[in-house]
Amino acid sequence: MHEFWQQVFSGLAAGSVYASVALALVMIYRSTDLVNFAQGEMAMFSTYIAWTLVNAGMPFWGAFAITLIVSFVGGMVIERVVIRPVENAPVLAAVVVTIGLLLIFNSVAGWIYTYTVQDFPSPFPDRPLFHALITTRDLGVIAVTLIMLVLLFLFFRFTSTGLAMRAAAQNPASARLCGIRVGRMLAIGWGLAAAIGATAGIMVAPVLFLDPNMMGGVLLYAFAGALLGGITSPVGAVVGGLIVGVTENLVGTYLIASQLKLTVALALIILVLVFRPNGLFGTAIVRRV
Amino acid sequence: MEKSSAAIVPDTPSAERYGAMTVGTWRWIGTWRWIGTLALIAFAIALPFTLSNYHVFELTLVMIYAIAVLGLNILTGYNGQISLGHGGFFAAGAYTAAILMHRYGVPYWATLPPAGLICFVLGVLFGLPALRFDGPYLALVTLAMALATPQLLKYFDTWTGGQQGINLAKPMPPAGLGLDRDRWLYLIALVALLIAIRVAANMLNGRTGRAWVAIRDHPIAAAAMGIDTARYKTLAFGTSTLFTGVAGALSAIAIGYVSPESYSLFLSVSFLVGSAVGGIATIGGAIVGGFFIQFVPNLANDISDAAPWAIYGLAMLLCMYTMPHGVVGSIRSWLTRLAERTTVRHAAGGRSDQNDEGWTS
Amino acid sequence: MAPILELRSVKAFYGQSEVVHGIYLAVEEGGMTVLLGANGAGKTTTLRAICGMVRSEGEILFAGKRLDRRATEDIAGVGVAHVPEGRGTFIGLTVEENLRLGGYTRPRNAPANMERMYGYFPILAERRRQQGGALSGGEQQMLAIARALMMEPRLLVLDEPSFGLAPRIVEDIFKIVERIKKEERVSVLLVEQNATLALELADHAYLLETGYVVASGSAKALADDPQIRRAYLGY
Repeated sequence: MHEFWQQVFSGLAAGSVYASVALALVMIYRSTDLVNFAQGEMAMFSTYIAWTLVNAGMPFWGAFAITLIVSFVGGMVIERVVIRPVENAPVLAAVVVTIGLLLIFNSVAGWIYTYTVQDFPSPFPDRPLFHALITTRDLGVIAVTLIMLVLLFLFFRFTSTGLAMRAAAQNPASARLCGIRVGRMLAIGWGLAAAIGATAGIMVAPVLFLDPNMMGGVLLYAFAGALLGGITSPVGAVVGGLIVGVTENLVGTYLIASQLKLTVALALIILVLVFRPNGLFGTAIVRRV
Repeated sequence: MEKSSAAIVPDTPSAERYGAMTVGTWRWIGTWRWIGTLALIAFAIALPFTLSNYHVFELTLVMIYAIAVLGLNILTGYNGQISLGHGGFFAAGAYTAAILMHRYGVPYWATLPPAGLICFVLGVLFGLPALRFDGPYLALVTLAMALATPQLLKYFDTWTGGQQGINLAKPMPPAGLGLDRDRWLYLIALVALLIAIRVAANMLNGRTGRAWVAIRDHPIAAAAMGIDTARYKTLAFGTSTLFTGVAGALSAIAIGYVSPESYSLFLSVSFLVGSAVGGIATIGGAIVGGFFIQFVPNLANDISDAAPWAIYGLAMLLCMYTMPHGVVGSIRSWLTRLAERTTVRHAAGGRSDQNDEGWTS
Repeated sequence: MAPILELRSVKAFYGQSEVVHGIYLAVEEGGMTVLLGANGAGKTTTLRAICGMVRSEGEILFAGKRLDRRATEDIAGVGVAHVPEGRGTFIGLTVEENLRLGGYTRPRNAPANMERMYGYFPILAERRRQQGGALSGGEQQMLAIARALMMEPRLLVLDEPSFGLAPRIVEDIFKIVERIKKEERVSVLLVEQNATLALELADHAYLLETGYVVASGSAKALADDPQIRRAYLGY
């Protein structure tokens, strides 16, 4: 029983990372109608930037802050330069562009930083708490994610830019009529998503160790989590990510270890989707005839 | 007071307009099409005798990938169901052929029908639950399949040979034809490709194809018109996997080796990328896709040793920026615009300043 | 008085088709001009051209400045508020959020403006925390008009406000539009199929037929014209 709860809590920590990336995916999906398959690699690249800064002697949280800013700007630039040309093209073209972006980031990271696996420092010491139910590191990861989520919620709920972004995502034509620069809102959305991804990458790197392929599995789980929660629902993304994290841990502990773990976890998620084809919190995509 | 409203022109229905275009310009293009196709086939038959063995082998693979991509085009392009898992069906065809040849001594040419049939059934079995999913959800389900494939292949190792895979003898050409192995395989692949194109064209230009497109573009309206959406969607899945499965079997025969590593997620993604680059809702695009899948990774390696996949990714980006509907899709649009410009003047009763919206595929 | 909005030889396109063929149109400052015509005459396309939502040629002048090459969001910023066909409500956002969005370009006065809107449309005040999509058609129309007024526009462009609404509600809305015209000192360009009601309220009118202006003049003159009466007013 004790082990069960241990796995649940560490699953929540992993789930926090998945939830963050899932949230980034949902944000971009809501505004651009596109699944950004490059989200994981962008996060990995951001993590390498943080790593470089830390190695150069910068204190952790300073490197963290700068990485977030750089990632935000980078995300905006990517939207403007890489995604804008295919915004009005068929969705498949945009999907292929994100896959291409994935390959580019992965390859360039491998080229600059090599494929040697690196250590990444965690700002939280790794000590057991509460009768070894959870470690301080896991708690730290959950806390950071929670703070980020609260800040995002406040931003979207109470600021005019946040409201404008929600409007632009829902109804770009009406948003323009209100004087909102929809293109700029999209860019900000991508910037925020990139920053969220960077946070996820930095939180997970101490556990997974830093290498260009670090985020591959994370992206998969995040994607599954986002769909489980409902690809149109930010709340769903977070809940879905957490569920996936816990499920992955429990499956790995009690059912099957090793590679098949991923297959089994995905199978379970798909089973849920069979009963709820739009995810737990998602709304059906309403189509006009 | 402005111009009088006497010259009210009734709306010319689009079909009439298009009819005028068809009669006029397409007929002209149609004749050229026939001549061009025959010339191309003749060229394709002659080609292997002018190239080295290795190049012939590469072209054989191009044609095999083209058949696989054609399968994906049917499902995703014409019927609108995305699949990130076609590598799995490719593997199913390949392993069916391999196991039949290796365990049961079935001659290579006789493995193609069973491979196709098994993959058709698999596709239908997969397509039935897939009916519940759409868009990114379907992408996830097919993605899961692509990920599961190498795992499952390794797991059932008594049949599949596990991690080691299965080694196969390459087929010998029939005596007296004076062909060597590589050229014989090339011709087999060519014949298979031509048959595949013919079958696909028949289906896509006929009732089935129109139903598929109707379901893709206006699923509710299609159902309201009495089209059995579930049946056609499942049929699309099965047909698609049949094509890809046969391609897989051919690849096992041509390469002479199957192993789980060859059928990873990357293969599925390659198919989708090749599809998009060629033109997802086209038949000719599949051939372009085959070329892209076979050659661009190698070219990327030549250009940059250090970051070849970055070049590959860049190539993908550039293709999508310049030709978002794929190579063949863009050619089609260009031809349509050309036809419009030369035919609109001849269309009956039309105002010269009123043009139809361009047809996009 | 100089017209606040002037269209000179304006052609407008729906996709590739030219549906409005070089028209002239003017809205007097402080007045209400109505654009009449049957379905497909090009009325909505004309409004969309004014707001930069479709391709157009020719000159569109707003208070002397050219609008025709500018983006929709810029046009909204200079004081043209467009209430689109179908209302354009943000159905996933609350009534209050809808209004806040209307005030996006005039943030300083937004709280005061919002109170004024609640004054014109008390039902919106009641429903301020409800989702836009939960409102009835008439309420959404009021919300759309209120949202437009939050922009402190000099020109209010209304596209078929009566569409799909019961006659009683349409009367209420038009009464409010009239009141707004007087109290807010905003010029109004109205597109309507309901010609009777529109001609009662408007000062000037244009009649559009398949992309051409076939009649123009004071609203009274058009209402009295027997041909127009027969074709559009039904008597």
